[in-house]
Amino acid sequence: MSNKKTKTVKWGEEPKLGMLDALYLPAIVSGLATAVRHAVSGKPTTRQYPEVEPEIPPNYRGVHRLNRDEQGRVKCVACYMCQTACPANCIEIIAAPAPKDDPHWKDRDKYPATFTIDELRCIYCGMCEEACPVDAIELTSVYDLTGLTRKEMVFDKEKLLSVFDETVKTGKDPVRTNRGTLGPASEEAPTGRQGPPPPGRGKHG
Amino acid sequence: MLKTLINELVEKWPELWPILAAIAVILAVVPFLGLYMTFIERKLAAYVQDRVGPNRVGPFGLLQAVADGLKIFLKEQIIPDHVYTVLYFLAPTLSLMTAMFALVVMPFGPVPTNYTGGFRFIVAPGIDIGILMMIAISSLSAYGIIVGGWASNNKYSMYGAIRSCAQFISYEIPLGLSIIGVIAVAGSLNIEHIVDAQSKSIWDWNIFWQPLALLIFFTSALAETNRLPFDLPECEQELVGGFHTEYSGIKFVLFFLAEYTHIVTVSFLTALLFFGGWSCPGIPSPSTPEGASLTYMLLGLLVLVLKVSCVVALIMLLRWALPRFRFDQLMGLAWKGLIPLALVNLIGVAIVLSLDLPKHLLVVTAVLPVIAAYYSATQFNASMAKLNSERSVLSKSRAMSYE
Repeated sequence: MSNKKTKTVKWGEEPKLGMLDALYLPAIVSGLATAVRHAVSGKPTTRQYPEVEPEIPPNYRGVHRLNRDEQGRVKCVACYMCQTACPANCIEIIAAPAPKDDPHWKDRDKYPATFTIDELRCIYCGMCEEACPVDAIELTSVYDLTGLTRKEMVFDKEKLLSVFDETVKTGKDPVRTNRGTLGPASEEAPTGRQGPPPPGRGKHG
Repeated sequence: MLKTLINELVEKWPELWPILAAIAVILAVVPFLGLYMTFIERKLAAYVQDRVGPNRVGPFGLLQAVADGLKIFLKEQIIPDHVYTVLYFLAPTLSLMTAMFALVVMPFGPVPTNYTGGFRFIVAPGIDIGILMMIAISSLSAYGIIVGGWASNNKYSMYGAIRSCAQFISYEIPLGLSIIGVIAVAGSLNIEHIVDAQSKSIWDWNIFWQPLALLIFFTSALAETNRLPFDLPECEQELVGGFHTEYSGIKFVLFFLAEYTHIVTVSFLTALLFFGGWSCPGIPSPSTPEGASLTYMLLGLLVLVLKVSCVVALIMLLRWALPRFRFDQLMGLAWKGLIPLALVNLIGVAIVLSLDLPKHLLVVTAVLPVIAAYYSATQFNASMAKLNSERSVLSKSRAMSYE
């Protein structure tokens, strides 16, 4: 009714073809020119995959790894946080008390006797990583995970630790790694103190 | 009985061996060419699309074609339950046979017009109906496709075959009409004579005298080979695979080889009829005494092969430059565009030749039909637009009266 409403629709007009355009020839020639330009440019956008690997961003969520601490022990304290957080139920931990008589383990209460992740069931959401209070489990940028059997794809503790060794060796640490600023549980307990640290201490407190 | 046959053979041997040798050359080269044209096409397509293309098998992927051929030879022979078996096997053979048979009269190297004896780059030299026979035979290849589509007993194959048949019949007409002008200028149906008529200088090439005929010929020839932008018979998006949906393994290869043989034929014809064939400034015609030497023959062969490969490359590049036609557009282009243009062009050529007018007027006969066609089209469009607007006014007034 109002002028405003009727003016909202714009009708497009077909462009008028000239004599040459009606022959289609200029369009064909320009199309051919585009084809030839790309053909002689010699800059392929594809990548020769097995020889040239793609640059994976450091925040990629690939295969898991279990981190080691400075003494080479598994950093995991078997708190079951990741197993609880996991939406796909792919993590299975069996905890064991740390061998108290071994001086190597004297600062730890628990450690994972077994730690298995079913890589086929995992959905690579990264929630285990978020849940971990000691940054023991991390998702790496390893993307080419293959195997011949399902059994092979269930990673145990040794396999996960070896993923850590491999990724550390190649220098491809995940961007989320908090090296040095770890949660309180992973820090070496001050001598003479027993029991859990007081709340509010440290970054993750 | 056998003895007379052998005697006959020995007696005819001097005439027989050049023919057999030429047949052997064609039979040896064409499948090889088909194999490597797929490779070149893949490579060219890859470059156009900013890819690398096949590069794993052999240096630069050169053995890829061999690997493909080997793979397809070793494939399982699948015969679907619902096909008409005899026709199903007949179709690919028919397709390749007609495609190869058309090569009989096609010179694939310099051939002198005054043929006497010995090896020549043609199976049947000095055939006076050369080009006519070639077009007649190559249009038989519609049978291979339509029999294949029918025998497959599958509606997609059938649609592909029907489309192909319609396309063949439609484009056969402008193809023939555009060639008639060339034939009239040369005064012969013999391909060697047509090339010889262009061999005086580079300005004798038919492209300069009959550019419109070249345009019409090349367009219809593309349609005849079922190449993009005219590959309606096998367009994947609508028809799965068209007439060769049910074919696999070696039977599919025969269809494929036939298609590539057609491309070779068409490229040769374009080079021979419009680009002077083996003639090139500096190389004497093989019909003259000094041009009959082996060196000039081989040079002529090289020139022809170069021209043909340029046409083949153009056909392959066109595939990535143009979108596919819709079917009614395809038919419209042939019946409403190319056939009238070719007819008018032919009449012009006939007038110029029969009245012995200067040869330069041939160019006018090429340009004039285009201008006439453009103006008639604009007039038609304008009158249609006027009609439409009158109609819309009418319907509007009616609509108002109903209110």
